[in-house]
Amino acid sequence: MTGFLTLLYKELLRFWKVGFQTVLAPIVSTLLYLLIFFHVLEAHIEAYQGVPYTVFLIPGLVMMAVMQNAFANSSSSMIQSKISGNIVFVLLSPLTYREILLAYILASVVRGLMVGAGVYLVTWFFFDIPLYWPVWIILFAVMGSALLGALGVIAGIWADKFDQLAAFQNFIIMPLTFLSGVFYSIHSLPPAWQVLSHLNPFFYMIDGFRYGFFGASDIPPYMSLVIVTVCFVAISLLAIKLLRSGYKLRH
Amino acid sequence: MDSVLAIEVKKVCKYFGSFCALDHIDLEIREGEFFALLGPNGAGKTTLINTIAGLALADSGSVHVMGNHVVNQYRLARRQLGVVPQELVFDPFFTVRETLIIQSGYYGISKNKTWIDEIIERLGLTDKAHANMRALSGGMKRRVMVAQALVHKPPVIILDEPTAGVDVELRQSLWDFIKQLNIEGHTIVLTTHYLEEAEALCSRVAMLKQGKVIALNSIQSLINTMTAGYSLRLRLQPDNLPPGLQEKQVTHHNGFYELRMDSYRQIESVLAQLRENKIQILEMQLLQPDLEAVFVNLMKNPVSET
Repeated sequence: MTGFLTLLYKELLRFWKVGFQTVLAPIVSTLLYLLIFFHVLEAHIEAYQGVPYTVFLIPGLVMMAVMQNAFANSSSSMIQSKISGNIVFVLLSPLTYREILLAYILASVVRGLMVGAGVYLVTWFFFDIPLYWPVWIILFAVMGSALLGALGVIAGIWADKFDQLAAFQNFIIMPLTFLSGVFYSIHSLPPAWQVLSHLNPFFYMIDGFRYGFFGASDIPPYMSLVIVTVCFVAISLLAIKLLRSGYKLRH
Repeated sequence: MDSVLAIEVKKVCKYFGSFCALDHIDLEIREGEFFALLGPNGAGKTTLINTIAGLALADSGSVHVMGNHVVNQYRLARRQLGVVPQELVFDPFFTVRETLIIQSGYYGISKNKTWIDEIIERLGLTDKAHANMRALSGGMKRRVMVAQALVHKPPVIILDEPTAGVDVELRQSLWDFIKQLNIEGHTIVLTTHYLEEAEALCSRVAMLKQGKVIALNSIQSLINTMTAGYSLRLRLQPDNLPPGLQEKQVTHHNGFYELRMDSYRQIESVLAQLRENKIQILEMQLLQPDLEAVFVNLMKNPVSET
C-alpha cells in the first residue's frame, strides 16, 4: 500500500508543483469559453425548457474541463517520464501493474475534479445554477475523469513523441468531447447525428453529469453510468494489459 | 549446501528483431560477491542487466534474483535488487531529498530518514539535498542515481557504468562506499570500461562479446591462463641480446628488448647472462600481466560458434 500511495503522492505533487499551468490555466480558459458563449448565444438558444443557455452550458463546460485535464494529467506524466527516461525508477520498483495504473488514474481524477470545482465555483458567483442531485454530479465527475485518466495512460504509453500524443488529443479526445453535447442537447441535432452521438461514450458522461444539475437528461442517468463504467473497466483492462506486457516500456 | 545465488541466469536469449543481443547466457553470481561484467560497447552488458532488472524481457531462458524469478515473482525479485542505470535520468519536478523519499516509498518504506540521511552524506550530497534535480551537475545527478538504487538497502546492487563522466574524487568515495556495502554482505555487480577499477575491486569477472560469455573466472585465474606471464623490458649497453636470451625475446622496439618471463625466478638467470656477456643494463621495467591484457587478448579473437 505504501508503494501505491507514494506513486499517487508523486503524481499529485508533480502537477501541483506546476499548478499555474495544470490547474489555474485550464480554469481560466474554460471561463473564457463561457464568457464568449454567454455573450454570443445566451439570447438565441434554449436547450432545456426554462433553462437559460448559459446555465445549461456551465455543467457541460465543467465536465469538459474535468475530462480534458484528467486525460492531460496521466498522458503527459507518462510520456514525460518515458521520454526523459525516469519511468525506469517506477519500472524497477516492486509496484504492481494495478497499483501503477490506479495511482495514475487517481491523480488524474484529483486534477480533473480540482479544475472542474474551480470552474464551478467561479460561475456559482455569477449564475444561479440548480443542484438537483449532487450524488450524480460527483459520480459522473469521478467516473468520467477516471476513464479519461486511464485513456491518458494508454495514450502516454503508446505515443513515442509529444507530436503523437498531441495527435491523440486533437484527433480523438477533442472531437469526442466537442461532439458529446457539451454545447448543446443532442435533441437539437438531426436524427442521424443523434444516433452517432449515442456511439460516443463521452456523451453519456456529459449527459449524466448534467442530470445531477437539472434532473433532466437525454438518457436515464443510471443507464449512462452503466455505459461509462463498462467503458472505464474496458479501458482499464487494456491499460493493465499494456503495462503487464511491457509494451513500449520494457524491451 | 551451496549458498543462495544472488543472480542466476540460465540459457538466456534476447533478440532485437533479427539481432541476437544475448546468446544463451549462463551466469551464476554468488551472494556477497563483487563481480564485474566486462566487454566492449554493444557486447550485451546493459541488455543483460536490463533482463536481470526486468527492464527487458528475455525471449528464452530464466533469470532469478535471490532465488526469485524476475518475471513470475517480480515483486520479490525487485525488492532484492538496486540498479543504477547507465543513462543519466532524473525527474525534474523534485529535489534530491524528495527523489529519495519517493524512491524509498516505491519499495514500501515510509520511515527511512536515517538511512536516507546516511546515503546523502556518504555520497556527498548534503549541500544539494534541497536542490532541484535540474540544478545538479552530471556527476551530482549520477550520485543521486546511486543513492536511489541504495535507498531500500537491497542485498544485490547492480551498477551499470556508475563512474562514467564522474570526477576522480567521487569515483574514489563512491567505490569506498560500495566496498563497505560489499563488506557488509551486499552482492555487487558492476560494468565499467575502466578495467583497473574492476581489477582493484572485483573477485570475479565475466567477459561478454557479441552477446556471449567468452570468459568467466576469478581475475587471477584469467590472468594466469589468458596471458603469457610477466614481461621484462630492458635497455642495454651495448644494444644486443646474448644468444641464450634470444628465445625469450618478444619485441625489440625503441631500444627496449621485451623478454617473456614465466616467473620471477627467471629474472636472476637473465641478469647472470647479461653479466657474463658484460652487457650493462641502462633501464629495466618488470611488467605484470593485468586484466587489460586479458581483455585485449580475448577481444581480438573471434567468438566461437556454439
